[in-house]
Formats: sequence, structure tokens, C-alpha cells
Amino acid sequence: MNADKIFKQFSSVMAFSAIGIMILIVFVLVTQSAPVWQEFGLDFAFGSDWNPVEGRESYGVRPYIYGTLITSFLALLLAVPISIGIAIFLSELAPPIIREPLSFIVELLAAVPSVIYGLWGLFIFRFYIRDYIEEPVINSLGDTIPIFSGIPFGLDLFTAGIILAVMIIPTISSVAREVIYAVPATQKEAAYALGATRWEMMRTSVFNYAKSGLFGACVLGLGRAVGETMAVTMVIGNTIGAQALPESLFQPGQSMASIIANEFNEADPGSLHPSALIGVGLILFFFALIIQLFSLYLRERSLKVGEVLD
Amino acid sequence: MTEQNELERLTQRNAAKRKLINNLFIFFCGFCTLIAIIPLGSILFEVVKNGYPAISWEFLTARPGAIGSAEGGIGPAIQGTLIIIALTTLLGVPFGVVSGIYLAEFGDSKFAKTVRIVNDMLTEFPSIVIGIFAYYIVTIVLIGSFSAFGGAFALAIIMLPVVARTTEESLRLVPNGLRESAAALGIRKWRYTWSVVISAARRGMVNGIMLSVARITGETAPLIMTILGSQWFFSSFFGPIDALPLRIWRLSLLPYEYARIQGWGAALVLITIVLTLNIIVKYVTRSKVRT
Amino acid sequence: MSNIKLKTESLNAMFNGQKAVDDVNLEFPKNTITALIGPSGCGKSTLIRTMNRMHELTPATDATVEGKVVLDNKNIYDSDVDPTLIRRRVGMVFQKPNPFPTMSIFDNVVAGLKLNGLRDKTKLREICESSLKGVALWDEVKEDLDKSGTSISGGQQQRLCIARTIAVQPEVILLDEPCSALDPISTSKIEQLLTELKKQYTIIIVTHNMQQAARVADTTAFMYLGKLIEVGKTQKLFENPKEEMTENYITGKFG
Repeated sequence: MNADKIFKQFSSVMAFSAIGIMILIVFVLVTQSAPVWQEFGLDFAFGSDWNPVEGRESYGVRPYIYGTLITSFLALLLAVPISIGIAIFLSELAPPIIREPLSFIVELLAAVPSVIYGLWGLFIFRFYIRDYIEEPVINSLGDTIPIFSGIPFGLDLFTAGIILAVMIIPTISSVAREVIYAVPATQKEAAYALGATRWEMMRTSVFNYAKSGLFGACVLGLGRAVGETMAVTMVIGNTIGAQALPESLFQPGQSMASIIANEFNEADPGSLHPSALIGVGLILFFFALIIQLFSLYLRERSLKVGEVLD
Repeated sequence: MTEQNELERLTQRNAAKRKLINNLFIFFCGFCTLIAIIPLGSILFEVVKNGYPAISWEFLTARPGAIGSAEGGIGPAIQGTLIIIALTTLLGVPFGVVSGIYLAEFGDSKFAKTVRIVNDMLTEFPSIVIGIFAYYIVTIVLIGSFSAFGGAFALAIIMLPVVARTTEESLRLVPNGLRESAAALGIRKWRYTWSVVISAARRGMVNGIMLSVARITGETAPLIMTILGSQWFFSSFFGPIDALPLRIWRLSLLPYEYARIQGWGAALVLITIVLTLNIIVKYVTRSKVRT
Repeated sequence: MSNIKLKTESLNAMFNGQKAVDDVNLEFPKNTITALIGPSGCGKSTLIRTMNRMHELTPATDATVEGKVVLDNKNIYDSDVDPTLIRRRVGMVFQKPNPFPTMSIFDNVVAGLKLNGLRDKTKLREICESSLKGVALWDEVKEDLDKSGTSISGGQQQRLCIARTIAVQPEVILLDEPCSALDPISTSKIEQLLTELKKQYTIIIVTHNMQQAARVADTTAFMYLGKLIEVGKTQKLFENPKEEMTENYITGKFG
């Protein structure tokens, strides 16, 4: 075997490491969470009890799935229009001189460590949310609409959702920008030549052409939100069990990632507690996997529209 | 031509409305950009404002005091973060770079496509899940204790796909003519890849590595279950160690005023490191585009 | 009323300050076809892109215009002119067919009408039919109006793009090398179409194909390095050019 063959073999083995790691992750999550599945079966996924006390052990992940989904969708609701707006502004509207610095600033949002978002959320942002959003909303709507009821505290599902929104904005907007860039200039010109305004050009050419890619960008943002840990842990309020299934956005909750972060180091290795937390990790893994594959599929499909033309 | 007149009339009638909608749209997009910048501004402002008073030589170099006393600093956390970064780079970069070389130089197979997809997925994966994985592999099976090595193992998994991707991208920017002319001289592929292609792409690769370092420096979640945190300076790769992001989190949980101040101080140190790395990368890539 | 539909007066077009069109004065009479010829990079495409204010939309560069483009006695670069309204009156067809891939054939044709606020379904159908008939595409696609705009052949796509352009009832049609991506049969169909269309519209066509200019154009203008070198009746320009440079170009000595 010559040196070139060895080179290729060696590098392919190294490249395989990512796949190997992925397979091992699944293996570890499945085997290590097996005890809790054996003990509780599907009740583990759908139950809402959470009690690590010896002799009264009981684990159900439903409240945390709920917390993850609520905060992530709230984040998407806010982040999607803002991110798409940013992507359009930075790719089509902003004067060329400020484009570069502005996009760098938006990119920096992604560079800020999650734990610093958490710190800011916990000590600063929380009070703005409490005083300027939660209090007036609870006072005016709290009695009639249950999801706006409760006491204003600022450490709850709502604050977690908003911080997540800020954190996924750079992700969605940078992918959306690439998607918009990928729309051929001829498509944009086609609309302009018919007398379209910038907005109408966006609607007829870009959105139509790139909708699947833009959707993919949003799903990618959802994936980020679902897995985000520290910032959420620091502002979500950290309740457990059935209490973490509040009917109001303004009450504390718990996400899958945050319950793991909160309890992992306290779990008694002799109990089912570590296994339960790894089980939460397994469920989180599947959510992330499905979201990612979906996002990948959407972005691939978006690129294929372009191939029809060429 | 009555039809034309009618269209002309419609156009005239709708022109103002269309212009208004368009202006609202442009305003909205600009407004969104502004909205996104506000939190960044607020974060930087608060971190500097609240963190600056904490900064002193003692704070940066001393061990943490007893819980409840305002003494001490974040020396072990800074040291730990630097050690973990070094260890992670040592572990992650070879795998990442060689994977990237494979994808760029032999990357048309189905296998390579799969690797690319898995790398993409790994990049976006919940880091806490990677933490659980590293916990089991290193903390339980390999070493039997929380350790610097466990933290580096977890962070290397996060680093690998980032380095692989940026390496692949920089190698692909190297013109094929360079490869062909080297091959035409009868140089073996592994040799010219190493000496010609990689040296042409070195700058982009180094940038990618720095970006990945910036990314892992702030990572917290996987450290919870791998390094545990420590009050002491480094003693062994196989024992618990402290790290800045973890220290920030722990401090934020303490109900003392001093802990809050120290937390902001640590955040200022961390954000300075991370943003500096990002700005250097930005500066270098920009000057590369210019030349 | 004068017979001149559109004219340029001391027109300069720049990319990042660099002149691509240099002091061009040209007149385009109503219901005629004018061909712009010249070697690649001579500024002919840039020139027609100034005539519907598309030049300034060129991405990633600082594209500017000086001088006048006068449409029916009104300079379209006056500050009170809305470029989107000009672009409806001055339609444009591009090098590569660019139908909207996610829209049906019908929606492609009426896209511009909808933008202008025409919502009446029967009206839209009428105009769609007449526009497609106008480009001799109706019989080929009338059964497939709800199929994708990219499901038809390249030549059909280009005619669809012309139909889309004439659907908004423009006064001038600009064509930027409309046949360069097409086969000879589709090309000849489009050329026939142009001679048909000039009865209603003023047509300006950029082409690198001198035979095409000779076949369809009433007037031909030769450009080189951004400057207008010579303009005249097509037959005269080709048979008896005044400028040496024009002669060199049409006899194939450069270009």
C-alpha cells in the first residue's frame, strides 16, 4: 500500500470520528437511561411526577417537554419576523457602507456566551420584563386570559422565551441571509422590471423562491432554542414536577435542558435519578434530531429550486 | 386602448399606497436590526458597568474565599479555562483538521456526504447532551472522577465539526491549478496536500480554529457534568478543575451581594476573551479579502 | 407630438465611479426596433439598464447615472419620478429566461398586473390570454396554465417572459440579448415576434449577434468602450459604415 492510500485511509478514519461519536452518543443515552424506562415505561415520557427522594422515586418528563416547547415557540414567534427583517435589511436594503459593521454586530450576538445571557437575564432584563410587560399585562388581561395570569416575578417561561429569542436571532438571520443571497439576481430583476417596489420584489421573487430555505432557517433556530441550556436555566424559575406545568406564561417552569443542568450534580448515583436525567437527555436528543433533519431537508429543497433554472 | 387606460388609472391610484407599504417595509426591516442590537448593547454595558468594580489583581489571581465572605477571586477559574482550552485544542484540532482535509480532498463520496451531515448536526447539537455523553465516557468509564480531561473531551466534540467545516471551506478555496501543477511534478498527493495546499489555506484554517476556540470558551453546560468546578488551582488533568463560565453560574446562584459582583467581574473577563477572539478573526478575514 | 418615444441626453453610467457608458446621445422613434451592438463589455447592456432605472439596482456596486433619459418629454431621472412606475412603462426582458419558478404560467403572466392592483379575475384571464397570444405561446400552453413557469422549454420560457412584460401594457420594451441562451428555432420565433410587437411598442434590443440585428432592427447603434460610435439605418450601417471602427467590428476584425 502506498503513502497516498494510507493518507486517504487515515483521513477517512478521522472523518469517521464524527459519525462514531454520534452513534456512541445514542448508545450511551439509550443504555444509561434504560433503568428508568424499565421502571416507568412510557409513564416516564408522559408522566408529570418528579420525585428523587429515596423510596418515593417517581419520574415524568412531560412538564419539561412542555417547558422546552413553550419557551422555544415563544422564542420563534418573536425571533422569526425580527430575524427575517434583519436578513432582508442586511442583504437588500442597508447602504453598503453600514452593511458589514451591522452584520458583524448581529454576529456578535451569537458570540456572547450563554451564561452571560443568563446573568444579564437574571440580574437586569428580568426586572424590565417584570415591570414593563408582566405587570401591565397581568393587571389588564390576567383575569380574563389564563395564560397571562399570575404574579409578576420575571423568572418564568415568558422571560426564558424572550431571552431565547434574542439568542436565536443571529442564527436565523444569518442563515436567512444566505438563503436570500442565493436567490439569483435574475429573479429579483424579473420583479423589478415589472415595476415592483422593494417589498413587492421580496414578495414575488425572494419569498416565493426561498420560502423553503427561510423556513429551514427558522427550524434551525428552533433547534438552537430547544437545546439551549444555561441562559434558560438561569431565568426559567426552576420548578419541578406538576408545578412546572403552569397554565400561565408568567409562572416559573422548567425545560429539559435546565432540569439536567440543575440536578445532574446532585443526583445520587445509587438511585434512578441519574438515569432519569439521562433519559431526559435522550428525549431532548430526539427532539433535536428531528428538528435538525427537518431543517436540513428544507434547506436542501430550497437549493433544488435553483437547479431547475440552470 | 381602453385597457391600457384602465391599467394606467389603477397604477396611478395605487402608487401612493404601494409606496407607503414599501416604506413601512423598509422601516420595519431597519427597526428589526435596531431591536436586535439593543440587547447586545445592554449586555456589554451592564457587564462592563457591573464587572469593572470587581476587577483587581487579587480578583484575577486569588483563589475564591470561603462561601459568604467577600474575599478572594477567580484565579483558578481563569487558569482552568486556559488549561481546558489548550487541552481541547490539542484534542479537537487534529481530528477536525484531518476530517476537513478528507472532506475537501476526497469529499465526493456518499460517506463524505454523511460525514458532512453528521458534522452539521453535531455543530447544532444541544451541548448538554454532549455533556452527558462525556460524563459517561470519561467521568464514569475512563477516569472515574470529574476531570479537566472530561471537560476537554466534551468541548473537543463541539469543536471538531466547526474546525472540520472551516478547514474544508478554506481548502476548497485553494485553486485546483495548484494541486494539478504539484501533481504534474510527480509529487505524491499526501505530500503536496501537506506542503502546498495546506500552506495556501493556512490562514483560513487558523481563523476557523480561533472561532471554534471562541465558541467553546463560553460553553458551560457540558462542564457541569465533567469538570465539576473547584476552589483550588490546577493540580491534575485527572481531577476537578474550575472554569470561568461555570464559576459565573455558581456565583449567580449564591444569595450574596459580593457573589453578584464577582459574577459580573468574571463575566467581564470571559466576554473580553470571547469578543477579542471574534474581533481578531473578523479583522484577519477582512484584510485577507482586501489583498 | 414628436415621433421620438425615448431619448438619452449626455448619458453617463458608472460602476463605483468608473464609466461604463460615456456621454451617449441616442433617440428611439416610436414603433421601431433599435439594435445596440458592440463587443462584450462595451456598455450596451448597461445602457439599456439605465432606460428603466435598473442600473441603479445592480447588486454589490455603487451604480450611478448622470445625464438624462427622456421618456415622452419627461426625464425619468428627475427627483419627482418614481422608478417603479417607470419600470411598468418600460418593460425589460433578460438574457436568461427568468420566469418565477414557484408560480404557474398564468401567475407568471399576470404577476405584474397583480402588483399594480388589478384583482378582477376575468380581466386577468383576458389579459393573460391576449398576452400569451401576443407572443404566440397561447396554443402551446393553454391547457397547462396552472403548470409551473419553469416546466416549459427554454424558448417557451423566454416567450413567457415577454408575455409577462407586455401584460402590464408597457410603452417601451428593452431586450437584453434575449436569444443568447436559446436554440436557433426558438431564436427565429422570437425574432418574428419582435417584428410583430413593434406595431404596438417601441423596442430596443441588445445583441451580440450581428445577423440578428440585421434581421430585426430598423436602426442599429454600434458602441465601443462605453461610447456610441455610430448609429444609422440598419442596412446602411452594415453595408456602408461611416466609421472605420464600425467597419472593423462588422467585418469581424475584432470583437
